[in-house]
Amino acid sequence: MMTNSDLTRRELLERAAVTGGALTVGQLFPGAAPLAAAQSADVAPAPLDVRLRINGSEHRLTLDPRTTLLDALREHLHLTGSKKGCGLGQCGACTVMMDGKRVKSCLSLAALVEGREITTIEGLAQGERLHPLQAAFIERDAFQCGYCTPGQIMAGVACIAEGHAGSPEEIRAWMSGNLCRCGAYDHIVAAIQDVATATGSSGGG
Amino acid sequence: MHPFTLERPRDLAAALALRAQAGRNDAPAEYIAGGTDMVQLLQEYVRRPERLVSLAGLLDNRIDVGPQGLRLGAATTMAEVAAHPAVVERFPVISEALLESASPQVRNQATMGGNLLQRTRCPYFRDVGYAACNKRAPSSGCSAIGGENRWHAVLGTSENCIAAHASDVAVALVALDAAVEVRGAGGQRSVPLTDFYRLPDAAPHIETVLEPGEVIAAITVPANPAARGSHYVKVRDRASFEFALVSAAVALDMDAGRIRQARVALGGVGTKPWRVPQVEAALAGASLEPAALRSAATLAAEGAQGYGHNDFKIELMQRAIVRAVEIAGVRA
Repeated sequence: MMTNSDLTRRELLERAAVTGGALTVGQLFPGAAPLAAAQSADVAPAPLDVRLRINGSEHRLTLDPRTTLLDALREHLHLTGSKKGCGLGQCGACTVMMDGKRVKSCLSLAALVEGREITTIEGLAQGERLHPLQAAFIERDAFQCGYCTPGQIMAGVACIAEGHAGSPEEIRAWMSGNLCRCGAYDHIVAAIQDVATATGSSGGG
Repeated sequence: MHPFTLERPRDLAAALALRAQAGRNDAPAEYIAGGTDMVQLLQEYVRRPERLVSLAGLLDNRIDVGPQGLRLGAATTMAEVAAHPAVVERFPVISEALLESASPQVRNQATMGGNLLQRTRCPYFRDVGYAACNKRAPSSGCSAIGGENRWHAVLGTSENCIAAHASDVAVALVALDAAVEVRGAGGQRSVPLTDFYRLPDAAPHIETVLEPGEVIAAITVPANPAARGSHYVKVRDRASFEFALVSAAVALDMDAGRIRQARVALGGVGTKPWRVPQVEAALAGASLEPAALRSAATLAAEGAQGYGHNDFKIELMQRAIVRAVEIAGVRA
């Protein structure tokens, strides 16, 4: 029988991914007994065949029904650009486009987004040519650690397309679903404003 | 997440039949639509259904506006309703309450039906590390009474639960006499939103009058001249992406500088969206003079009870009413 010490880091992360990271929490805080007990009783449910359209390509996956879209992207398709911050819809690091609209991929079950057109940060550039907002983030130094950056850029692209980038105040309000623990907000707002101004999408609101 | 079987039925009738097999309380089967609240509840083991029944693609997603009023299919998203030109023009309080809710991403995912059925943000309900929560585990006690209760309700509470209802748009809808069309295996019925939510009393885990398996199919809002002159004020700890400490939805019909008819409902302070008819009666016939508004707003405190950290809400909700009436009055 395999013990926890035999698990590789990747296996541990994959198991934790399916169960929302509770495995790690249970080990760090032995006092969190109810969660740990719930965890040990888990038996994997029957897997589902799921077809996902990601960045223009169709993928066939066999997934535990608990798999979120974010975990499908990261753990099964190895598109690790979308980041897992909180797993609860609070931080925005997992932001992707679904049918052209920004969503939090950690709050959707993968099996329930079949037929939807998903675009991730990996699908934003045209070959080697960066999306204007990717270039603006570099130009404006709009990040420090970079963990929130893919989500910020995906949300920023949507913010501009929606016409919600008319002023720094409007950008801040419409980017409030994306947190940056480094506090790069001023530069993020500047980068979004640059692109909105350049593309003439700063009106509306 | 606790393991579950995911059902993706072909049509609503099949979904209703699947879900009806389960009981009302700690149901072994639950619905999922937009998923923005349900996935959080699953991730944190607050809900542990054995079977999850998807409503994706099965519910009406149309927005209809006519002389009778507004009809919102349950599957319309918060973003779609907030941006609809006729909603913005004729029912601004609905659009404002939605835009003051959640984040742009969540508003693109969350359905209107699901918004009305979202669970409370009481931190003790959301954290299974606390054994005592009558809403999550019936008869286990209440950790919020005597605990950290700055966010909790001051109206409609019981000795078993003081959790505040979290929806913003439900407050606007209650002010406008909205109703929900409920569908179940047995047929369809319409329920006024004020009667849809139950007070916690002795059974805080039963939050609505929905029978096992029933869904919200649509939301209807009757036409009303006051709806055009409406406004939503939300007071919270951050300027955006935060739940209400206190909110007020106000709709006014004005006649020569005087209020002919007022609709007022409060959020963040009640165990359900809280209509205040006594304030409405006091506002009828009043001018927009500040002293008259303040005097009417004091009536909202009738029956209010603080639990320590949330005592401030009793005065704050009166001030929110005054602010909302002043702004709605300019529009009306």
